[in-house]
Amino acid sequence: MSELERRLARGGDVPPLDAERLGAALRSRAEAEGLLDVAYASMDSPLGELLVATTPRGLVRLAYAEEAPESVLGELARRVSPRVLRAPQRTDAVRRELEAYFAGKLSAFSTPVDWSLVRGFAVDVLRATATVPFGELTTYRDVAGAAGSPRAARAAGNALGSNPVPIVVPCHRVVHAGGGLGGYTGGLDRKRWLLSLEGAI
Amino acid sequence: MSVQLPPFQALVDAHAVELHRFLVGFVGPDEAEDCLQDTLIAALRAYPRLDHGDNLRAWLYTIARRKATDLARSRARRPTGPMDGLKPANEPAVDPVEPADEGLWAAVRALPAKQRAAVVHRFVTDLEYRGVGERMGISEEAARQNVSAALRRLRKEMDR
Repeated sequence: MSELERRLARGGDVPPLDAERLGAALRSRAEAEGLLDVAYASMDSPLGELLVATTPRGLVRLAYAEEAPESVLGELARRVSPRVLRAPQRTDAVRRELEAYFAGKLSAFSTPVDWSLVRGFAVDVLRATATVPFGELTTYRDVAGAAGSPRAARAAGNALGSNPVPIVVPCHRVVHAGGGLGGYTGGLDRKRWLLSLEGAI
Repeated sequence: MSVQLPPFQALVDAHAVELHRFLVGFVGPDEAEDCLQDTLIAALRAYPRLDHGDNLRAWLYTIARRKATDLARSRARRPTGPMDGLKPANEPAVDPVEPADEGLWAAVRALPAKQRAAVVHRFVTDLEYRGVGERMGISEEAARQNVSAALRRLRKEMDR
């Protein structure tokens, strides 16, 4: 290496990037310029870590820890917008509601839902499910009926299994007519936990 | 069909540190952070309109070079005179990386854009020629040529 090259390489002693400060500046500029299409953050909960994603229209995704964040965020990038940024502040409202719910102090969420990730019959099923009150149970057959297809209980079950916003759209309140708990995206232990929190079982 | 673009945050997480390093060499430490912000905001704005997701890193470096050039131009247009803390126009448009080696960095900044970028990637970011080429969207050989042309030119400048 020549003397000139050594002198150039000394230019590599650069002050480290303050990633926190950069992140904060990016978030606020993106927000001010209307470029923050999907904001996300993670939060702790009695059901493990949750990933929460919002758009300007509302809560678009809530994922349990079993789902890899890269795949959850990748799907949001593909199906909603690739302008996805870590922006905890934008998810504050829904995170506060979730905390209150887990503490037994909130029985109905006021955060609006952005249904962008849901298509077709599933929209009707999940909208019907969203009206089932705290502490009550309904059946796959009944939500299918409320969605306009009383005989489509199995399809309703599939739609509930693909619920992008569990807890807030309370698919855990849907059980088998015969008395079985049915299934749950986050596993039956979580379903049982949620229903006992609500005093439904 | 839709283009497969990763979440923008993944690009920031993967490339911000190195982009910053590059910009420190390219425009100087005082301007690097603002320039990096401008780069990432411009990228975020254009991102959904990209028609493919190939070589996003080279795309980011193209924007960074453009932002750095814009910055230098706006600097050069600044009014002169005894105004609060503004630098006189005859000073270099941007600050050198190493104050001690001001002459060298002024010469680096006077290089043609491609040579300047290649030199910064090679020496400040400490990349092999293949990595330099990848970031500039050119071949390894072209990267090597740009660096050696830059070094020849710098030697001539420094010998004056």
